[in-house]
Amino acid sequence: MNISVAVVEHVARLARLELSEEEKNLFAGQMGAILGYVEKLRELDTEGVLPTSHAVPMENAFREDAECPSIGIEKALANAPDRVGSFYRVPKVIE
Amino acid sequence: MDILDQSIHELHQRLKSKEISSVETARAMLARIESVEPQIGSFITVTPEQALADAEAADRRIAAGQMDVLTGIPLALKDIFLTEGIRTTCGSRILDNFVPPYSATSWEKLKERGVVLLGKLNQDEFAMGSSNESSAYGTVRNPWDTDRIPGGSSGGSAAAVAARQATATLGTDTGGSIRQPASHCGCVGLKPTYGRVSRYGVIAYASSLDQVGPLTRDVTDSAIMLGALAGHDPKDSTSVNTPVPDYSAALTGTIKGLRIGLPREYFIEGLDPDVHKAMDAAIESYRRLGAEFVDISLPHTDYAVATYYLIATAEASSNLARYDGVRFGHRAEGAAGLLDMYTKSRSEGFGAEVKRRIMLGTYALSSGYYDAYYVKAQKVRTLIMQDFICAFEAVDVILTPVAPTPAFKIGEKVADPLQMYLSDIFTIPVNLAGTCAMSIPAGISASGLPIGLQLIGKPFGEETILRAAHAFEQATEWHTRKAVI
Repeated sequence: MNISVAVVEHVARLARLELSEEEKNLFAGQMGAILGYVEKLRELDTEGVLPTSHAVPMENAFREDAECPSIGIEKALANAPDRVGSFYRVPKVIE
Repeated sequence: MDILDQSIHELHQRLKSKEISSVETARAMLARIESVEPQIGSFITVTPEQALADAEAADRRIAAGQMDVLTGIPLALKDIFLTEGIRTTCGSRILDNFVPPYSATSWEKLKERGVVLLGKLNQDEFAMGSSNESSAYGTVRNPWDTDRIPGGSSGGSAAAVAARQATATLGTDTGGSIRQPASHCGCVGLKPTYGRVSRYGVIAYASSLDQVGPLTRDVTDSAIMLGALAGHDPKDSTSVNTPVPDYSAALTGTIKGLRIGLPREYFIEGLDPDVHKAMDAAIESYRRLGAEFVDISLPHTDYAVATYYLIATAEASSNLARYDGVRFGHRAEGAAGLLDMYTKSRSEGFGAEVKRRIMLGTYALSSGYYDAYYVKAQKVRTLIMQDFICAFEAVDVILTPVAPTPAFKIGEKVADPLQMYLSDIFTIPVNLAGTCAMSIPAGISASGLPIGLQLIGKPFGEETILRAAHAFEQATEWHTRKAVI
């Protein structure tokens, strides 16, 4: 299957990835080969077959709506790349 | 060397009789790790201080007569398990400085039993790989032949057991990541049924397929570890609330009348002749033990790899969206705005295989392709599950090879991802079906490499595969073979 560099660029944008020219060309070829391989699924008639999203069939798992302690601000922020007080700091969103 | 070779149950007897202490055991293991690490590279982080503190606590517990079979046993964890206060990288640069604020349930459970933590083990980045070559922390080398891969993604977990750097280890298995490295390194690897062990605090790759399991020296240890890990966890809504049996009690040594299925789709032409020979010999051993063989078919086997690489990559692209440089992990410097920060942080932090799978998954989920790829794969998954349901009407266990060949050479498949993906052809269907399976040593190739045998069980049929594996182990001596390192 043929995957163009333009398609690779579009998918990279959706995935929030920035690829070098070399990576774009490499991925175009490799994605083409892998997607070509998965085309074989089309050989199978799956009319009327239900899709499986989980191996174990289960209903919603409910729990009591009870109060319990959380990990706390300091622990939650301990890995923050940047912070101000009890907040994560990120680049400006709105100009 | 003696302490290093012990299984959990052997070491337990010696700790119990006070012949050795847990601190002595931990020191011996740490010295071993230091001496062989330059050749193997199983560890990303070694935790000597933690190990000695754990060992001292274990010795106090033993002195107080409060020990259980895991107290004082030196273990190591794949670096995918969150360990509060101990760096957890998942094999990725993007988590290079990540110190988790809480621990995985499986680690909490082992800690309660008084185990000793030696460190965090090398793995393919985000568990994406079959050779451990995608780790950002270097390729692990197979202790049986250091020019070869140990398997993946739990390559460090298997190599550490084989190189006698830990008594047992934990891994995770999404498409074969416990069984395939166990096979390539000559140890016992168990992938429990989906939902048997909590996934809480295990960094997610493909959430409908990921499962936690042990890598050990023998089947008895595998049963001990599963007993410690299994059970419902309110923190994992997909963990199943069924009673945990006494897995050790299942190891009766007798399998007379056990019906073993041989799926014709797994004994194919491309199978390495040494692997084929080992399977034939194993079948003969089982026959002598009183098992009955049934020829079966799992007709959709040939579609499993394609199905897996759509479902797993789709789930991965969604799971890995959380790595955006905001709350933890790598953040790129000098980004022009928020979107640029996300993009740059991810592009700098992720390696090539992770990017490739995120790209494939994003493509499969994108507008216009969702039904043709993702939903189609979910439907074929249903057919693959039905194959197993039908087969298990006639048999108790299914016997197959774990991998089509013994461990391949480092670098051999790096340039061709599709060939790499096809090396998981015999392990992937089990994850799609959500059932349990294990790899046990069953031979040595002409070039001196271990060959594993896969036993697949019914959902929640771990007792049966453990019993079958144990009976084989009693009748053969493959599990006593050791890598010379």
